[in-house]
Amino acid sequence: MSILINKDTKVICQGFTGGQATQHCIQCVDYGTQLVGGVTPGKGGQTHLSLPVFNSVKESVDKTGASASLIFVPAKFCKASILEAAESGISLIICITEGIPTIDMLEVKARCDSLGVRLIGPNCPGIITPGECKMGIMPGNIHLPGKVGVISRSGTLTYEAVKQTTDLGFGQTSCVGIGGDPIPGSSFIDILELFQNDSKTEAIVMVGEIGGTAEEAAAEYIKSDVTKPVVSYIAGVTAPAGKRMGHAGAIISGGKGTADDKFKALEAAGVHTVKSPAEIGKGVAEVTGW
Amino acid sequence: MNLHEYQAKQLFREYGIAVSNGVATSSAEEAEVAALSLGGSKWVVKAQVHAGGRGKAGGVEIVDNIESVKAFSNKWLGNNLVTFQTDEKGQPIHQILVESCTDIANELYLGAVIDRTSQRLVVMASTEGGVNIEEVAEETPDKIFKIEIDPIEGTSDEDSDKLSMLLNLNQVQTSQFRNIYKGIVQLFLEKDLALLEVNPLVITEAGDLLCLDAKINIDSNALYRQEALSLMRDITQEDVREAKAAEWGLSYVALEGNIGCMVNGAGLAMGTMDIIKLQGGEPANFLDVGGNADSKRVAEAFKIILSDENVNTVLINIFGGIVRCDVIADGIVEALTVMGVSIPVVVRLEGNNAEIGLKTLDECDLNIISASNLQEAAELAVKASRGEVN
Repeated sequence: MSILINKDTKVICQGFTGGQATQHCIQCVDYGTQLVGGVTPGKGGQTHLSLPVFNSVKESVDKTGASASLIFVPAKFCKASILEAAESGISLIICITEGIPTIDMLEVKARCDSLGVRLIGPNCPGIITPGECKMGIMPGNIHLPGKVGVISRSGTLTYEAVKQTTDLGFGQTSCVGIGGDPIPGSSFIDILELFQNDSKTEAIVMVGEIGGTAEEAAAEYIKSDVTKPVVSYIAGVTAPAGKRMGHAGAIISGGKGTADDKFKALEAAGVHTVKSPAEIGKGVAEVTGW
Repeated sequence: MNLHEYQAKQLFREYGIAVSNGVATSSAEEAEVAALSLGGSKWVVKAQVHAGGRGKAGGVEIVDNIESVKAFSNKWLGNNLVTFQTDEKGQPIHQILVESCTDIANELYLGAVIDRTSQRLVVMASTEGGVNIEEVAEETPDKIFKIEIDPIEGTSDEDSDKLSMLLNLNQVQTSQFRNIYKGIVQLFLEKDLALLEVNPLVITEAGDLLCLDAKINIDSNALYRQEALSLMRDITQEDVREAKAAEWGLSYVALEGNIGCMVNGAGLAMGTMDIIKLQGGEPANFLDVGGNADSKRVAEAFKIILSDENVNTVLINIFGGIVRCDVIADGIVEALTVMGVSIPVVVRLEGNNAEIGLKTLDECDLNIISASNLQEAAELAVKASRGEVN
């Protein structure tokens, strides 16, 4: 088993004919992803990477039966692209693009929620179910089918966690980069719930970073709802407090959000924490006895 | 991107939000003219910097004669103001805002911010306005009233009136508050703000609501569609190296140590700093080369890192997903050759095209130390920074 995507997932790519999209779609197809076509408005009817290009998501869904979309369109068009996918029958949207205005995401997130559409990202590396399906920009070869579920706010730190669990032979069920933006489509809690309910996932790695209170909220959830062992690393213990202006940020977060706060909250929830990003794999070994 | 108070108040006026009358000036003569044209016999003179805590630091004064207006200008223009929200150098002052003085009966707090937890725009208000608002929030959070705005439904006078009631406003003030509330929400959403704060929002002795201060921070991701606001950028308020880095799509923050870091991804960049510390070393900076790093950006990143004279070792940690390690390796070799860098450079390449990149590094005869994983890279960099390896 796995979460969100597997070898049967039919995927389309929005922004298909662009440079980044092309490069990464080639790698996704090479990995085994069932990419069934793409969308670039105005280029419908053409073929790209030997796959059909459609003018709209609706058309692509009707013609290919796709259920998931991988988005590479420029930030200024992302709001429209995500909403188009959500309203066209796509049930899983993964948005790689970084730099989307936060005001756009407020509405996008609310609309996806009300339509019951799962959004991952933006500003994320995507999702991979090793050996089956890759929807994202992660290097496929560092992954290994296995038993650890990986969730992370940071792209490259996800790879670090993956590499270590691969090197130790544990492998991964699925790896999800939820992205580092203020308003992510899916939270740690959303993905923790999926891993908790996935029979093949035996342990969970959660990689967080300073800022916001998503890790603290996740700690509460782990305490009450997660029975599988969780290993966590939080980046930014040594990061200096940034220059700031005004008080609103501090008031809304209630003074929380430092790496120490997050480590403490996670430890109090029974999570096995590691202080070095090089010890994530070792942490999994310790907590599981593998 | 931050705005100055005078710029924020200009936006407030555009949205019909009541602010005190004032003029931004950049010389003592201009300040005198401004005070005379505002009239009255008392003025508030305010140093314009991108930081809070100005009052306590002496950057805001109430004066009752023209000579004092000029003296304040002469004292601060061209100098730096250090507050608890700045670094030890402080922020340079190039404008003084001269305002009519307001007789204050009561100080309130009003703020708006994107709340990550509720994923809503949240408007916050409190009767405890003034300099100690953060303590109020921490010690008595029930004194901070919040309205969460649904991004689809929007907000209404009802929400505004709810806050008015909690703030104990009278009927006239409640009506004035509707205007302010509607104005700040509209301003926040239309101008892509990340933070808006009015501290204090005052009730004057005449009983009217007035915004005495205004802080605005704009979502940098949205500047492409906020051209007028982009022009308000004051680069003198930003760290020179950070601004230079941003021009190249790099995000850089200077620190105190001697190991310069170049990493792809903010999380891994922080993780790299953490592991250097754990090994007993000191990172000299945070630097994220971003997802579109090419050889030019690598070269610029080197320039910025090496402009810090404390740096005696560089640690490059790249885990390629979007970024191609071979491109980074070419960039490293080119930059080191052109710049004639002689200090040790520890490189860890992993992921996308890492083998090709490592081959490039192996074949050049520069002072490059290859590491096969993050742990080893950190150990080697810390040793090199102590002069224990070459």
